[in-house]
Amino acid sequence: MSESSSKGHRTPGRPHSGVLTYLAGLGFAIVLTLASFWAAGTNAIWEPAVPILLAALAIGQMGVHVVFFFHLSSGPGDTNNFLAMVFGVFVVGLVVFGSILIMANLDANMVPMDKLMKMQR
Amino acid sequence: MSLADDLTRPVEDDEDTTPYSERGPAPIDVVAGFGFWLFLLSDIVMFSALFAAYAVLADHTAGGPDGLKLFNRGYVLIETMCLLFSSFTCGMCSLAIERRSAGAFHLWALVTILLGGAFLALEVAEFSRMIAEDAGPTRSAFLSAFFTLVGTHGLHVTLGLLWFVSMMAQVATLGFQPVVIRRLRCLTLFWHALDIVWIGVFTIVYLGARW
Repeated sequence: MSESSSKGHRTPGRPHSGVLTYLAGLGFAIVLTLASFWAAGTNAIWEPAVPILLAALAIGQMGVHVVFFFHLSSGPGDTNNFLAMVFGVFVVGLVVFGSILIMANLDANMVPMDKLMKMQR
Repeated sequence: MSLADDLTRPVEDDEDTTPYSERGPAPIDVVAGFGFWLFLLSDIVMFSALFAAYAVLADHTAGGPDGLKLFNRGYVLIETMCLLFSSFTCGMCSLAIERRSAGAFHLWALVTILLGGAFLALEVAEFSRMIAEDAGPTRSAFLSAFFTLVGTHGLHVTLGLLWFVSMMAQVATLGFQPVVIRRLRCLTLFWHALDIVWIGVFTIVYLGARW
C-alpha cells in the first residue's frame, strides 16, 4: 500500500491508501445492497419494520461509500470537507422531511377536490 | 502543562503552524477539490428536492399502474451492481492517477465506461418498455415524479460517461499535467457521488414500492 497522504489540507476523494480500501468498500457495499434487496422481498421480517431496516441499510451504505470511496474522515485535515457535508446532509433532511410533513398535513386538512368544485359553483 | 508551555511546544511533524490569516490563498488543487465538493453537495440538495417530490407523489397513480406492477427487482439489482462495480473501477482509476500510470488509467477508465454504459442501456430499455406499456411520464403524477428523478440521475450518468471519454483523450494527448490531474480528481468524485444518489433511488423508488 502506498502512503501518499500529506498533512494539513486534504481534498475529498484523494486516495491515501491502496487497492485494499476500495476492495473493502466494494465488499461492504455489495453485502449491504444484497441485504436491502433481501429485506424488501422477504417475509421473515415483521413487515412494519422493513422500511426502517431499508433506511438503515441505505444510510449505512452511503456511509461506506463516503469513507471508502470519498476517503472522507473527521480528522483535522478534513474539517472543511466534513463540515460542508454535514451542512449538505442537514439541508437534504430539511427538504425531504419538511416536504413530506407539510404535504401530508395539507393533504389531511384540505377540502376534497370534488367538494371544492361544488362550493365554487 | 501551562498554556505558555502549550503555545511554545515544538511541533512534532510537518504541520503548518502559521496562523490561518497569514497563510495566504490555499493551493489551487485544494481550492478546486473543495469547490467541486461544494458543487456535488449542492447537486445532492437538488436531488433531495426530486426525492421529496417523488415521496409525496408516489401514491398518486391516477388509476394507472403503480410501482409494484412496473418495477422488476432482479433487473434493478443488475443495474445497481453495474453502477457499484463501476464505482470500484473508478477507484482503481484514482489509484492509477496517483501512480501516474497512463496505461492502467486507460484500462480502468474503459472498464468504468463499459459498466456505466451497461447501466445506462438497462435504464433506457426499462424506460422505453414502460412508455410502450402506456406508463410514460404523462400517465400520472407518480410516473412524472419517477421519470424526473430517475431520468435526472441517468442524465448525470450520461454526462459522467462523456466526461470519462474526454478525460481519456486528455490523458492521451496532454499527459498527467497538474490541470489534467485536478480534472481527473473532480471526475472520480462526481462518479462516486452518482453511486451515492443511486443508493437513495433504489431504496426509495424500487424497494419502497411495496408500501
